[in-house]
Amino acid sequence: MKLTTEEQAMLAGEQGPAVEKAIEIVVALGEIYGADRLVPVESVQVAGVSYKNLGPAGLGFLQDWAGQGAQVRVPTFLNPAGMDLLRWKELGFAEEFARPQLKVVDILGAMGIDTTCTCTPYHIGQVPSLGAHLAWAESSAVSFANSALGARTNREGGPSALAAAICGRTARYGLHCDENRLGTTRVIVNCPVKEPSDWGALGFLVGQQVRDGVPYFRGLETGEDSISSTPGSPAWDSLKALGAAMAASGAVALYHIEGVTPEAALEPMLRPDHSTVKVDSLEPGYLALSGGRTDIDLVWLGCPHASLPEVARLAAVAKGKRFLTDVWITTSRHVRQQAEEAGYVATIEAAGGQVVADTCVVVAPLNGRYRTIATLSAKGASYLPSYLGAEVRYGTWDQLQAAMLTGRWGE
Amino acid sequence: MKLTGRVIKQGQAAGRALVSPEPIGFLGGVDPETGVVIEKGHPLEGECVAGTVLCFPTGKGSTVGSYTIYRMNKAGTAPAAILNAQSEAIVAVGAIISEIPMLDQVDLAKIDSGDWVSVKGGRVLVEKVSPRVTPPTGKWC
Repeated sequence: MKLTTEEQAMLAGEQGPAVEKAIEIVVALGEIYGADRLVPVESVQVAGVSYKNLGPAGLGFLQDWAGQGAQVRVPTFLNPAGMDLLRWKELGFAEEFARPQLKVVDILGAMGIDTTCTCTPYHIGQVPSLGAHLAWAESSAVSFANSALGARTNREGGPSALAAAICGRTARYGLHCDENRLGTTRVIVNCPVKEPSDWGALGFLVGQQVRDGVPYFRGLETGEDSISSTPGSPAWDSLKALGAAMAASGAVALYHIEGVTPEAALEPMLRPDHSTVKVDSLEPGYLALSGGRTDIDLVWLGCPHASLPEVARLAAVAKGKRFLTDVWITTSRHVRQQAEEAGYVATIEAAGGQVVADTCVVVAPLNGRYRTIATLSAKGASYLPSYLGAEVRYGTWDQLQAAMLTGRWGE
Repeated sequence: MKLTGRVIKQGQAAGRALVSPEPIGFLGGVDPETGVVIEKGHPLEGECVAGTVLCFPTGKGSTVGSYTIYRMNKAGTAPAAILNAQSEAIVAVGAIISEIPMLDQVDLAKIDSGDWVSVKGGRVLVEKVSPRVTPPTGKWC
């Protein structure tokens, strides 16, 4: 691998031990995955923030690295933490979890990181430009940045993303290179995809089939001509759900939709030796994701983190009603703030629901609190059984709405 | 017998080999306090990796596993060195941040559990123990 003079100096420890460790990690990964050089990154999203996952081991490491003077040198933000950082007590998080969790966020903040904890940074102004090199970590955010925005990032691990932030670079391999961004599987969709849950069901089915390939969708309409120029359009939430599902059931980090996503709008992005899969019905996706009891304990929205229009939709349902289940919509601190100003938070809380910031149901220590959870998220539905030991009902917005108001799941 | 590999983390170490035919996931797969493999049904389940030259094809599981290796190092339960057939990010990052010598692209078929293995830079020296002694189960735990 070719390193610049500055990079060699960093590796030799001339910028201190924290930078030396960071670039050592980035270079080692470059060697392992066949990179030719490093590239500067425009922004970094660090995962591994929840103390539930980090544990004392991760906290200890972050503490030691910060103690060596680690500072980020590009805009860096965080994946969800294990609790709402402000309202944790009110939401029933234990003090012995909260204390180390707050410490993790403090340490990361002291490194110069914007401690906004979200898996949808693109909903709050972090919108990378076409072709920008990034080091993002959370699988659905990686998928959105690569696919909906045409930026370039591999799926970084927690430590490797942080290393990229501290040395400002990542190794050029994988999805940073043109040749790896071509579609490997053409996906022909022969059924309507309309509902938010339809996008998740489709993504779940396709992710299972293409695994870590690059799906290239044909015959799929998002209801928008060009999504790249219209941040916050309804199509963004559809693309978010699709990508999150494919990253959960497979390891898809990039997809294209012909005529829709920016790279596939420019030229056909398909490898000559691609395979083809057809999706004739979403029913198998719904069936695979949903099961268990019909008494619902929690209805969870906001996986990945909700946009403001998604919070508004819940507020419209909540208006003048009383929820019979717990209802959580998880989002970023920033969107919660906007929702508060718009009056949505008050409406949802009056119905007995919660607009929870900074965290999500999967990374929070909620094991045992809920037996059956209903969700619109195929990603959430994929992870809840193993992460929380919960049964899951997955379905359409109407089914979710009925569950909130009756406490039961209707077919 | 001399073998070679690609240096992932530079360094020098020696110990008894502990060889796994299956990948190892450190988060949830190894108890960092004791160094014992706890993954159900894993070929090394119940074995202690502390102080060994741990040989396995590649890593698996959560990237938080890097931090588990770091914690093992602090607790004194980490392997002395790590040899892989093909390295991946989790174990590589774990070895780097924990300063554990690590090589990959090593012909692991030539190494048996119980062999005395010395690692220096990209070179691996394997000394067969003859007659075969019992594998190093529990020796460092």
